[in-house]
Amino acid sequence: MLMLEKRAQPSKAWVYAAPILAVAITMIVGGAVFAMLGKPPIEAIRTIFYDPIFGDFASYSRPQLLIKAGPLILIAIGLSFGFRAGIWNIGAEGQYIIGAMAAAGTGLAFYPMEARWLIFPLMIIAGLAGGMLWAAIPAFLRIRFKTNEILVSLMLVYVAEAIQASMALNLLRNPDGHGFPGSRNLSQYSSSANLELIANSGIHWGVMAAVTAVVFAYFILARHRFGFDVRLAGQSPRAAGFAGVDAGRLIFICMLISGGLAGAAGMFEIAGPAGRVSIDFNVGYGFTAIIVAFLGRLHPVGILIAGLLMALTYIGGELAQLSLGLPGAAIQLFQGMLLFFLLAVDVMTSYRIRFGKTE
Amino acid sequence: MDFSSINPILLLASLMVAATPIILAAAGELIVERAGVLNLGVEGMMITGAITGFIATVTTGSPWIGFAAAAAGGAGLSLLFAFLTQILLSNQVATGLALTLFGLGLSALLGQGYNGIKAPEFGKIDIPVISDIPVIGPILFSHDPMVYVGIGLIAGIWYFLKYSRAGLVLRAVGENHEAAHALGYHVIRIRILAIMFGGACAGLGGAYISLVRVPQWTDGMTAGAGWIALAIVVFASWRPWRLLIGAYLFGGVTVLQLNFQAAGIAIPVEYLAMSPYIATILVLVLMSAGRAPGSLGKIFHASR
Amino acid sequence: MTDTLLELRGLTKAYPGVVANSDVSFTIGKGEVHALLGENGAGKSTLVKTIYGLVKPDTGKMTLNGTAYEPSEPRAARAAGVAMVFQHFSLFDALDVAENIALGMENPPAMADLAARIREVSEQYGLPLDPDMVVGDLSAGERQRVEIIRCLLQDPKLLIMDEPTSVLTPQEVEILFKTLNILREEGTSILYISHKLEEIRTLCEHATILRHGKVVGNCDPRQTSAREMAEMMVGASLHVPEKAPHEAGEVVLSIRGLSAPAPHQFGTALKNITVDVRAGEVLGIGGVAGNGQDELVAALSGEMKTAAGMVVIDGREIGRLGPNERRAAGLCAAPEERNGHAAAPDMSLTENALMTGAVRKKLVKNGLLDWPAAKVFAEEVIKAFDVRTPGAANTARSLSGGNLQKFVIGREIMQKPRVLVINQPTWGVDASAAASIRQAILDLAVSGTAVVCISQDLDELREISDRFAALNEGKLTPPRPAKGLTIDEIGLMLGGAHDMEVAHVDA
Repeated sequence: MLMLEKRAQPSKAWVYAAPILAVAITMIVGGAVFAMLGKPPIEAIRTIFYDPIFGDFASYSRPQLLIKAGPLILIAIGLSFGFRAGIWNIGAEGQYIIGAMAAAGTGLAFYPMEARWLIFPLMIIAGLAGGMLWAAIPAFLRIRFKTNEILVSLMLVYVAEAIQASMALNLLRNPDGHGFPGSRNLSQYSSSANLELIANSGIHWGVMAAVTAVVFAYFILARHRFGFDVRLAGQSPRAAGFAGVDAGRLIFICMLISGGLAGAAGMFEIAGPAGRVSIDFNVGYGFTAIIVAFLGRLHPVGILIAGLLMALTYIGGELAQLSLGLPGAAIQLFQGMLLFFLLAVDVMTSYRIRFGKTE
Repeated sequence: MDFSSINPILLLASLMVAATPIILAAAGELIVERAGVLNLGVEGMMITGAITGFIATVTTGSPWIGFAAAAAGGAGLSLLFAFLTQILLSNQVATGLALTLFGLGLSALLGQGYNGIKAPEFGKIDIPVISDIPVIGPILFSHDPMVYVGIGLIAGIWYFLKYSRAGLVLRAVGENHEAAHALGYHVIRIRILAIMFGGACAGLGGAYISLVRVPQWTDGMTAGAGWIALAIVVFASWRPWRLLIGAYLFGGVTVLQLNFQAAGIAIPVEYLAMSPYIATILVLVLMSAGRAPGSLGKIFHASR
Repeated sequence: MTDTLLELRGLTKAYPGVVANSDVSFTIGKGEVHALLGENGAGKSTLVKTIYGLVKPDTGKMTLNGTAYEPSEPRAARAAGVAMVFQHFSLFDALDVAENIALGMENPPAMADLAARIREVSEQYGLPLDPDMVVGDLSAGERQRVEIIRCLLQDPKLLIMDEPTSVLTPQEVEILFKTLNILREEGTSILYISHKLEEIRTLCEHATILRHGKVVGNCDPRQTSAREMAEMMVGASLHVPEKAPHEAGEVVLSIRGLSAPAPHQFGTALKNITVDVRAGEVLGIGGVAGNGQDELVAALSGEMKTAAGMVVIDGREIGRLGPNERRAAGLCAAPEERNGHAAAPDMSLTENALMTGAVRKKLVKNGLLDWPAAKVFAEEVIKAFDVRTPGAANTARSLSGGNLQKFVIGREIMQKPRVLVINQPTWGVDASAAASIRQAILDLAVSGTAVVCISQDLDELREISDRFAALNEGKLTPPRPAKGLTIDEIGLMLGGAHDMEVAHVDA
């Protein structure tokens, strides 16, 4: 019988080994799933993990990697603060949408005026503010009425999707669009476009923001009182209260950080890679970022790596869809599996496994 | 706009249908949470039940076999959660989220090639005599069997928790797992069983959507019903009959907004569509939740 | 009384890294009250869990009434006639008394019959109890009655009691002992675990003493002095804390009409508490658990805010300030629960030092943490208070209870507070650590700090307090000089016997 014995100290080695092991197990089990679907497993794994970086079309997919990783990392960094403190904002998808809508609305309000120095920064502020506002709702309800933030933030994703549909169909619809749903293309409006900073690199302002967020988060967690409070509140809420951490304030700040970064990610996406408001603008970055945050062990550098890895599965998945006819849902399954296996092997960091008789 | 097209009798009757998937899933989650486990993977188990039930029904032609397969599918998926949280002691919130993401992916994969097919009819049962009573008859007594299964489930859970020894033990485990362990109850075994029951119920709820309410398969078709079921458990303060009220309230809002859409009311469709979610948030805020089971969401590890 | 009921032979139980029981053998006679003595970590609870079927021994045998006894689980133990009253962890707050009792029985009767039986038995043994009450609303003493009646309803042959008097007033203890004596005369054997030696001397006729998992001695407590037993337990002679003579100074802490609602459903409201504490003085506050101790500490530490004028330090009203502002004003505190309240178990000692030391030791500058300084502070505490740990980078959880308590108390004392508020400073701590903690508290007072020490251990309070007051249902009695106060007087201050009555059985 399997027995777990709590370690006095979390194992440092396993903190690093667990994600790597989880990825390895996911590849093996994922390969088995692909084989069951009648696809060559090794080729599928290679297509997903190797080809986007080193394959024949890598010059196309490498920039895509950064384009996809940018929002994932940005959102996951924001979520990691709350997750560390035991505050579960799982509605980042909604905050991402509202941030994008606010930014698009701001940008389009100025159309066709040309003033990039004013409009682009305003859009970033609108994106941040939109996401913060959307996250402030569950934060406020949690503090004031003790309403469960998990459920409220999630319900607000569905509300945000409805708002997005309404925006695409009504308020922000392109007046010159011959009645088709969707807004003007923000990436073709020079005052609002979030263009690549270096041609064909995939690096746009959002990627820069993501890298900045990683550095900043690292500093806050390691050196700032706020980072310490966040960790303390997550590990021992009562001890945090005793240490003088104001729980309500902490919830609010963590929710605003995650909402703001998700909103900013939405802004960079809608002004750049996506370009315009449409009914299906959101593609689930807000949810995938949850996996990224956990896979990166809620650590900024880990999130950076996990975000790149997850972006790889997106792009590799698309390649596999094209070249092998692997169903798109298989990649979703693959990502879910990754989180599962991580949680499973994670037990090794705090427990030692023994095989023997139970008491 | 034409409100005369809204038939109050049909409205109430369809309310009962709209509430049924939520009732089924929430009933299961209620048992899980009373045992002290927070499984946020309801949505994932529902969608898995929806597709396994759909495939089984289309393959065999029998909705009953479909529902059985849905229960098995939901319970099977929940076993993953049970293994991770009870044996490997993983965080329940994170694992529940993983279960939902995994379930959505798995169902989309399984559902390849089933898009657009219509499920075989699942017949209504007109309960003799009483279904002929005007007004009340069509509202209450002229539905498919799962509607009654849902209500029966609530009654059964109520009786189980209030009067049975096993129900008392389950509540004890959820209230204080250390004490239950000290008295010699098998905390982990009881919780795994509760999780599987919750999974089976969520599976039934999902299959009700794909087999009766829609009835066909589309990816992600549960559209947050699992999350609403979770919200309704909180709203109900973990009590079975209040859960029924919550589900009908939600069903009422859903049906009403659909009727408004059909009646061509001046509110845009998108805003009507968000109303059930906003209603759920409002209900969560307005109803101060009762006391949650004492050990809810906490990890149990028998120490020396 | 000569027949043997339970015999333990060579019980050994090892956990990775520690041998909890090593070759433990003794016998309990029929109708005997047998004491099991030992310090925290001596292996008492593992041994008791073995008898109750919660732990399987690695080697060794037990016989009950002459037949082999190997309970695979508590159910089997109960079926064999072994019942247990736990120190904590075995009641369900949200369930009612009858449900709680039913959970501890093998084949409980229907609820209505059970309620009648509960009334009957509780009447019979002088332990009044309403079967319909929700357990979370009961006082500590009443909760214990639930446990005892749960056992009595099963006509046990052996009743195990783990630290049963730690939650009772002296008067309640007296009544409990009468109940236990009735049981003894009815032929029930009792295995009585306690570290209160005077109680054992009045109640028990045989004692087995454990140290480091081994039986180190047997005695007849009626003919052995408390000091001798204590030395057998500890394995060394004991140091009694001493206080250097000094005068109390000016009033430092004033609590004025402190009232606060109960912070949660099963909490206690504080009612109009008024008391002054002077520099250099130790105010001891006694009371049975659950009478407002946690709430009083929270109201003083700043975790619970009150009206500004209710808590005053050096003439400054601080009732509205948070914990860190109060630390800046000179008030440090140490709550009862070490794990997860006074300390974060999964964090390192350095981080735990930073947790409360940030303000007074200036470990945070402009919001930035000064890790080297925090480490130095943690190491100072470790050194000054003889905390046994490989280093400040180790987690709080890796420390034994006594060592972590030394760290927690030391962390506050090393900040040289104007006022120190501590709750249960030596709870669950071995005797030598307890003695050194008490000495440190006394030394701090001598240096001019006003100390408020809340404890349920009356012996401790008599040892270190200058004045004594009692908390009872959220109210504080007027303080009295501790010197010359008898245990009976203290008991009456604690609320006497509440509503307990002497058992009705004529034995």
